[in-house]
Formats: sequence, C-alpha cells, structure tokens
Amino acid sequence: MKVAKRTFDAVIVGAGGAGMRAAVTLAESGLKTAVISKVFPTRSHTVAAQGGVSASLGNSEPDHWTWHMYDTVKGSDWLGDQDAIEFMCKQAPQVVVELEHYGMPFDRTDEGKIYQRPFGGHMSNFGEKPVRRACAAADRTGHAMLHALYQRNVRANTQFFVEWLALDLLRAPDGRVLGVIALEMETGEITVFQAKATLFATGGAGRIYYSSTNAFINTGDGVGMAARAGIPLEDMEFWQFHPTGVAGAGVLITEGVRGEGGILRNASGERFMERYAPNAKDLASRDVVSRAMVTEINEGRGCGPAQDHVMLDITHLDADVINKRLPGIREISIQFAGVDPIKAPIPVVPTCHYQMGGIPTNYHGEVVDYGNVIPGFYAAGECACASVHGANRLGTNSLLDLLVFGKSSGESMVDFIRKEPAALPEIPQGEIDKALARVNRVNTQTGGADVAQTRLAMQRTMQNHAGVFRFKDMLQQGVDKILDIEKQVQQTEIKDKSQVWNTARIEALELENLIEVAKATMLSANARTESRGAHVRDDAPDTPEHPNGRDDQNWLKHSLWYRDGNRLEYKPVNLNPLTVQSVALKTRAY
Amino acid sequence: MATTSIARTVQFKIYRYDPDKDAAPYLQDITVDLDPSDRKLLDALTKLKGKDDSLSFRRSCREGVCGSDAMNINGKNGLACLTDIDSLAQPITLRPLPGLPVIRDLIVDMTQFFKQYHSIKPYVVNNTPVPERERLQTPEQREELNGLYECILCACCSTSCPSFWWNPDKFVGPAGLLAAYRFIADTRDEETNERLDNLEDPYRLFRCHTIMNCVDVCPKHLNPTKAIGKIKELMLSRAV
Repeated sequence: MKVAKRTFDAVIVGAGGAGMRAAVTLAESGLKTAVISKVFPTRSHTVAAQGGVSASLGNSEPDHWTWHMYDTVKGSDWLGDQDAIEFMCKQAPQVVVELEHYGMPFDRTDEGKIYQRPFGGHMSNFGEKPVRRACAAADRTGHAMLHALYQRNVRANTQFFVEWLALDLLRAPDGRVLGVIALEMETGEITVFQAKATLFATGGAGRIYYSSTNAFINTGDGVGMAARAGIPLEDMEFWQFHPTGVAGAGVLITEGVRGEGGILRNASGERFMERYAPNAKDLASRDVVSRAMVTEINEGRGCGPAQDHVMLDITHLDADVINKRLPGIREISIQFAGVDPIKAPIPVVPTCHYQMGGIPTNYHGEVVDYGNVIPGFYAAGECACASVHGANRLGTNSLLDLLVFGKSSGESMVDFIRKEPAALPEIPQGEIDKALARVNRVNTQTGGADVAQTRLAMQRTMQNHAGVFRFKDMLQQGVDKILDIEKQVQQTEIKDKSQVWNTARIEALELENLIEVAKATMLSANARTESRGAHVRDDAPDTPEHPNGRDDQNWLKHSLWYRDGNRLEYKPVNLNPLTVQSVALKTRAY
Repeated sequence: MATTSIARTVQFKIYRYDPDKDAAPYLQDITVDLDPSDRKLLDALTKLKGKDDSLSFRRSCREGVCGSDAMNINGKNGLACLTDIDSLAQPITLRPLPGLPVIRDLIVDMTQFFKQYHSIKPYVVNNTPVPERERLQTPEQREELNGLYECILCACCSTSCPSFWWNPDKFVGPAGLLAAYRFIADTRDEETNERLDNLEDPYRLFRCHTIMNCVDVCPKHLNPTKAIGKIKELMLSRAV
C-alpha cells in the first residue's frame, strides 16, 4: 500500500472544543499546524452541550475560583488531582472572556455582561448556597462555543483535514511520539502526518454503551490509539450516567419530570421506587434511582420485548400542567419516543453521558505514563484525564475543561516545538506497517463477525454489566464477555471493499477503538472494590466505617489500565493544590 | 405528531452511486423491516446499512444539532434524524442534496458550500485593544443575533435554492448570507462597511430572488430570506 507523508510542526487530532482551542494558540503562534477530524469541525460533539460553561466571573453575585475549586474537588469525590483542579478553576474566567472576544454569542445581563445561571453543585463560600456560575448562550452553549472556535480558526488560517480518520499513533523506539497515520475517507488513501508535537482531542467513547446521550462519532478513537501504542488509560471505571434517557434514542429527559409528579413503573405497572426509597420515592438522588432501575431490569421486570427499560409515567398529570411546565419534554418525547406523554408513559433507561477517565495528562496537557512525560504527545478534553473530574464530573466543567486544557496543551506544544531541532527523526517502518496491517485485515477479512452485531453485543454487555450501578458477580462475568467479544472485533468482516467513502470500513475501525475503552472500563471497574462517585458497587455499601462505600485507605488512588496483558496499576491522587490549602477529605453529602 | 408505531416494512428508492463500480447513478428499490422503536428516517437508514453495509451517508448527533445528515427526502431537503418515517409517503425516495457534486450515494461534496461560508469572513472583527473583561452588549443588542447564530451549516437551504444551483461559485447562498448578517448584526463587529462592500455585486447578494425555499426547508426554523432583506436595506440606506 502506498503511503504519502506530510510534515508539520503540530498535528491535532479532533476538531471539537479542545482541539480547536489548541489550534487557535498554535496557528496564531505562526506554527505549521494540521487539524485532522473525521467530521467537519462544527459537527463535533461539543455542539450538543447545552447548559453552560463554568467560570467564577461573579457577574450576578460574588463568586471566587477557590469556591469553584472546592465544588469540583467535592464533586470528584476527592479523586480529582487538586493541582489540575486549581489550575482549571483559576484559569476559567480568562478563557471564558477570551471566548467572548472570539465572538461567542453569550446571553447578557442587564449590565451587558456575560449571563450566568445556577447549576447543580455550584455553590458559594465552600458549599454554603447556590451561586450563578454557568455562563450560557441560551440552552445551546456548546453549539455557540464550537462555532465561535471554528470561526476563530478560519480567521487564523488553520489548516483542516476534514473527514480523515486517524488510525494509529506513531512512536520512536525511545517512546517519543512522532505523529499519526490517517485515512482520507473520500479517497481511501493513507497518509503519515509527521509532527514535532501531536495532540489528541478526540472526545469520549460514550458509544461503548447501548444507551448513550453521545453522538455516533463518539467512539474513543484517541483513547483506543493511545492504548494500542502502550499508553495506560486512567480511571476508566468512572462514567457519568443520567437516570432518564429515552430508551433506544438516549435523548435526555430532565429530572424536572419527576419533580412535577412523574412516576417510574416496571413491566407490571408497579411504582417500584416505593420499595427502594420509601420517603423520597421517584425523587431520590440520581444514583439511587438509577440503581433501582438497573435492578428492576436485571431481575426481569423491565419493559418492552427485550425487557430493557422502565416507564416514566406522567399520564395522571393534567394536560395543562404538562403543556405549561414540560413542553420541551413533551416535544422530545414525541420526537424521539414517538409517545405523547399526555397519553402514554415514556420508555426510559439510565443513559451513559460522559467519560471521566482517559489518557493520563498533567495540567500542561502533556501525556504522562506513571509520572513520566511522553515527549511530543499531548491530550485534552474528554479523551484526556488531567484529572479534574475524578469520580464524578460537575455540570459545565466539561466545556471549561476543553477551553483550559485545549489552551494549556497548545501553549505547551508551542514551547516544545520551538526547542526542537529542525530535522525530523525517521519514523520506524514497523510503526507504519502495524496500522496498515489493521486496515488490510479489515479490507480482506472473510467469514468474520458482522460489525453492527458485534458492536451491539459489546454495548449490551457494557450496559448490563458495567452500568450505573455495579454488581460484583456481573462485573466478573462482564470481564469474560468483553474479552470474548474482543476476539470477534479482531475478526469483523465488511462486505463493502470499495475505496471511496467506505463507511463500513470506518465503522469496523471505530469498533477496534471502542473495544479498548470497553475493556479498560470493565477491568478497572471489576478491580476497584469500593464505591466512589459514579462507581457504585453492591459489595461496597454505605457503612459507618465506609460512608457511601468509599474506602480512602485502600482506594484513594487512580487506576491505570495497560492494554498489554490487561495489567492494572495505580498511582496516588494529588491532594496538593499549586498555591492554596488542600481541600481536606470528608464524606460527600449535599 | 408521531403515532405509536408497530413493526412494519418500509419501501425505499435510494440514489446509489459508487464511483469504484458504477458507470452512472441509479435508484435502488429496497425494503427494510423496522421495529416499533424505529421512529426517524435515520433509524431506518441505520437498519438499511445493517442490511447492506455499502450504503453511504453522513450522520453524527442524531438530534438535529450537528447538521450531518441533510438529504433530499421525497423531493424536499431535510435532516434524516428529525424526519418521522411514518410521515413520509412510500416508496420513500432519498437523494443527495441537489446542486452539489455527488461523491457517493447520499454523500455530496460540500466544498463549494463552505467556500461561500468562508467568503463572508465568518468571524467577529474588532480592532480595538482587547479589554481585560468581556466586551459589553445589552440584552437587546444580543437579541439581534437570535435566529442567526443557531445555523448548523447543514446546507438544506442553499441546496434548495435555484439561484445557488445556477451560480454556486458566484452567489453566496442563503446559509452564507445568513452568516454574513449574523456578523453585521453583532455590535462587537467593526467591519459592517467592508462586509457590505464584500456583497455589493450582481451575484453575491443580489441573485436572491426571494423564492423562499430556504425558509421552507430550514430544520432549525431560521429565516435566511429575512436576513438577506436586512442586508439589502442596509445597502440602500448606505447609498442614499
């Protein structure tokens, strides 16, 4: 197979919020920068974010970055690294103001400042009372932000390679990263992108689950490439779920539906939450409700032909109340469940939303393998783990993460590139051949497994065995199942063998990335025998000795999964901020 | 409003063209069995792809915000992910967006569309020194951007416009002109005059003949014709 080669100062893989923020810094520094994206930049999944981006601007009431930091550490259930969290919260006002200068159409206060709204877990004065910290553009903040960043890149003349799929990371024998190899979808041709510095900003892998709020493109490509290149994945057991996504479609239904009197029912119509939470019932906290839902489904009381969801019922409410209080939910329900909630219940299922773990980095965006910086390699955004979200992400910190670490990695890359010699090192042929062999395998495989069916088997396994609530025996079985499915993934067969815009081939290659994330998640979750944040296990219950099932003595540490031999290692959490006092450990309660 | 659905078989006529093996494009008759949970045209396309993995189309968010899955559906442009299958007459005829070169099946080459978008300088230009905090804008000034900034660049509008079909290289098209007015209307932008100069041309702006197909097809309910009208007004008031 003929392979062309292009050389750049910097290569960025992914054109969502993080990649495009980094690209602005690099392109405006005058460095030769390429951004590779498998979709046109404004189609990246940042576009789907709604609520806001957090920054202690204090436009409506007093706020301070140390309060934001406290909320973030607490939200992370103390698994977040406090140096990175300090860095992010301190930088937040500046990066949000920069975004405004780029043209972001934020809503405005009467004084003409950026509008800020309250959000879950955002408090003033170290957890005292709610504060308006989420900077918003209506309920389209991600869309407005992604377009503003693309527009700034048009101004900066950034060079985009649109509809190219990165295949693999290219490393030197000494471990430094030399670039990526990528496939152009339109032609099917493969090109080496050699660069002094390479950034992964490839987003999350929410599509490992059957029910996900994520886009089709969220297949963990960077995470999979990093794993194949021998780089560990950090804290992959931590996934954020929402109790009520539309079954099958995954579109979110707000908790406000239950606030208005909505009731969750199982296949026999029973209001099952009365058994799990006799007082709060359907308005118990998210993890309790999601746990109850998964238990109903696992015990055979789920609804539908596959018994894979429960029903959210508001048919007993007055139609006027629904039209006045829940018009958006009625619209979503009609659009995506085909159900008018005035007349029939909405099928819902706990829905995968966000990947807290990822490629381990420091707050400069440099990728670190157990404390050692890998020269020339950077990661930012959902694919990376800095770690600021720890075991549970605070709402609106995702968009902030993109801006802060997109910028810091861009700046680190500028510094690194300027110190590098002009001559680029030789790329070992073996590195290129490995990627070509993967593509060739997909092109020529016969008698193998169907891509869509194999992907579905993986998604069902992840949903049932590593969902919002985890069971010891289900996790152990899940490990065996995922390792079995991996064998099929390595033998998928596509019928379409053509070159031009072969999306069957793209999907087969994406599945090879998804399965790395699925393995990392399942093995890390099976090994962590405590409950913390989004990782809640039946064999680590709430006890006086271990409130909420959290075991700081044994598990206040980051998981590191290595693909080679499915090895797990651990590294300490950094409880030391850069300039302020540590947020001391305590039991998490709101 | 969609009714409660059942398992059903749906008939399609789909534009197929694979440059590797087809001398010319053709319409393929194909049926697909759908589950009750399959509501949207995109669900049916996903099922069809499971049956024939060579069927090619773009898709991503599946909720109408990324703009990937625009196509011509029974003669009208729209997003597959927001179109109810059961609202469509069968056989459902799917073609690529009209007026752009077809690469394969339902995938068109959008180079010309984005070229026009880029031609209007789609970014805020402000040459005053960058302040430490945000540039101020009243809520009323900000409201001027509503109905403009929400564009998802799906190209449904421009590829339904006869003027764009005839002159895709010269006429900016409804999407690009909507974006042009988005920056003219932004009080933070200082280049209104240059932006009007950039459009003062027999083709770039004035090929719009207010046919209003763009308004009819926009999946986000935006109104490019109105934005074009406002640009024309500004040109007039500048001339007198």
